[in-house]
Amino acid sequence: MSNSIIETEKLGKKYRLRHSGAGHGYVTLREAIVNGLKRMSRPMHSPVPASEDFWALNDLSFRVVLGETVAIIGRNGAGKSTLLKILSRITEPTVGRVRLKGRVSSLLEVGTGFHPELTGRENIYLNGTILGMTKKEVDRKFDAIVDFAGVDRFIDTPVKHFSSGMQVRLAFAVAAHLEPEILIIDEVLAVGDAVFQKKCLGKMQDVAADGRTVLFVSHDLAAVEKLCSRAILLDAGRCRADGPTKETIAHYQAAIVEAGSVDLNTRKDRRGAGLVKFSRIQILDEHFREPGVFLSGKPLRVRMHYLATGSKPLENCRVSLTFNGWGKTYFAASTELVSDDCLNLSPEGYIDCVIDELPLSLGTYYLGPFIEVNGEVQDWLDSAATLQVEDGNFYGTGRDYPKGGAGATVLVKHRWQTPQENPIAVETRDR
Amino acid sequence: MDELIIEPGRIERQYWTDLWRYRELFYFLAWRDLLVRYKQTVIGIAWALLRPLLVMLVFTVVFRRIAKLPSEGTAPYAVLVFAGMLPWQFVASSLTESSTSLISNVNLVSKIYFPRLIVPASSIITSFVDFLISFAILLVLMLWYRSVPSWHLLLLPAFIALAVLLAIGVGVWLCALNVKYRDFRYVVPFIVQFGLYVSPVGFSSSVVPPKWRLLYSLNPVVGIIDGFRWALIPGRVGLYWPGVACSVGLTTLLLFIGIWYFRKTERVFADII
Repeated sequence: MSNSIIETEKLGKKYRLRHSGAGHGYVTLREAIVNGLKRMSRPMHSPVPASEDFWALNDLSFRVVLGETVAIIGRNGAGKSTLLKILSRITEPTVGRVRLKGRVSSLLEVGTGFHPELTGRENIYLNGTILGMTKKEVDRKFDAIVDFAGVDRFIDTPVKHFSSGMQVRLAFAVAAHLEPEILIIDEVLAVGDAVFQKKCLGKMQDVAADGRTVLFVSHDLAAVEKLCSRAILLDAGRCRADGPTKETIAHYQAAIVEAGSVDLNTRKDRRGAGLVKFSRIQILDEHFREPGVFLSGKPLRVRMHYLATGSKPLENCRVSLTFNGWGKTYFAASTELVSDDCLNLSPEGYIDCVIDELPLSLGTYYLGPFIEVNGEVQDWLDSAATLQVEDGNFYGTGRDYPKGGAGATVLVKHRWQTPQENPIAVETRDR
Repeated sequence: MDELIIEPGRIERQYWTDLWRYRELFYFLAWRDLLVRYKQTVIGIAWALLRPLLVMLVFTVVFRRIAKLPSEGTAPYAVLVFAGMLPWQFVASSLTESSTSLISNVNLVSKIYFPRLIVPASSIITSFVDFLISFAILLVLMLWYRSVPSWHLLLLPAFIALAVLLAIGVGVWLCALNVKYRDFRYVVPFIVQFGLYVSPVGFSSSVVPPKWRLLYSLNPVVGIIDGFRWALIPGRVGLYWPGVACSVGLTTLLLFIGIWYFRKTERVFADII
């Protein structure tokens, strides 16, 4: 295998999707007992398949040689995390094999295993051991770690008294001194401020320059382009593209556009009477194009195509569109909220939901269309289209929402005032 | 440079060598639990001292003064209670600690690889340190009453080992069940509570009628508690050997079942936790 340091052969990972009890992998004892009794009481009943197989990774083969920095990109659910989990041995593959030469360390999340009650010193030892160092190694590198983190004055203070910035610095310092042959990084840049992110990127470049191998998983295409010479695009568990970073990113963007307008006629997971059905959702920019990726603060037009079974005009309609993340709705747009008039629609056509300034930050969102005619729900889908948002100039200041900052996703325009700028408010308070 | 191969069933095959390779993590997790335990509670070690003394006091009053049950050998009733409480307290707190250990270390389990058996096993160490503290109290108590144990004391380590093995066996089993069935944590306190009533903690198991004695020994803790008393209390203390044999057999069985079930569930821990 010459100088290849990571080599995967026809790697596959199968998960079983449960249809009942959605949301979590574990069951409760109560459910287990109830299901067991049900099965016992109906022994002749042919079992309805309650689960189906899902290949999170499928037939994935690639090689990485010594000193390469490789990015893994792809949409949510493309199999990136599964691949990392296999490489760091958290789960086993279902088929295929991986050969790794040298020590693997994964920086899946900075600060894993920090305990708030323990002091900085104790946490360095604990975290170092968790990440795979021996006590001797930590002894040797202890001063360098403390130095890098810049927390020497607080080293014997419990970590719970550290500011979050100090905690992140300390955690990254431990991880940065691991010196593994293979370093796996998953979205570490999601924490910390811009200065710290720069520092992390710099450290990673050093690691790569040292001749070690870095696998980097991120949604931040700019960081990927800066750090990695090569990128692998995953889609539905398969390798879609593998080559120089620029080319792979171009592939990725093209693939997003392709998936932008979705045919909904084959969808079965809909609710409602079904006399009217959504057939297609198009996400358009201000020039009625489908760019695939949308920027915060820019106009967004969601064109919802529908088709009714009859030919009569649809009277007294209510149409809404929810903007969802995993398991939650961030906000909804609805015809009844913004208009008093009764909405009548032709039996076939489209209706546009127009948002002048897209108030969402970097991320992937799912659009859920809903239509009601004369008080009866006709069609309702949880996720009919995927909206990819990149940070844009929403606030007009050129600044993005801090990545991973609390309250990211929905952006709200706002102002700040001090008493000097608002003398009337000062007067009323003084009285 | 080491070469590492990942393929289906691989972890299975090198599990026990990995367990050895990750022993340092075991020490550190145990060390962390200990540090946290004695830092978090203000009274810290005082709590470890106070709890057994209070239980001993209550049991002595209830079973000796009110129920008027007999002691064993020449030991004062307090020593009898304490010698029984020592292993029980250890097993009970080990079960409680280890059953929740994986859930409370979820960020480790879902982020890095190591043989998961390390987590519940290391959580037992905390209980073992409490056990050692209680043991020191017992020694003081025995000095106070001037009760000097006989050569039986030499066999005490064997009974301690038995208690540790029982705690590990049942502990890892409950731990795995707790990950799989998330409402299982409501069952564990019940098991511990129930165990206290069916174990001869506050009384000598010689009060159990002989014909029920073997049946009673189906509780593996009975043999361990009897063994502790036999080893620690001076005078003519009989040991019901079939009970001890029963306890050894059941402990071995539970250890195998516990580890087998844990290993079976372990492969999917990271996916379901």
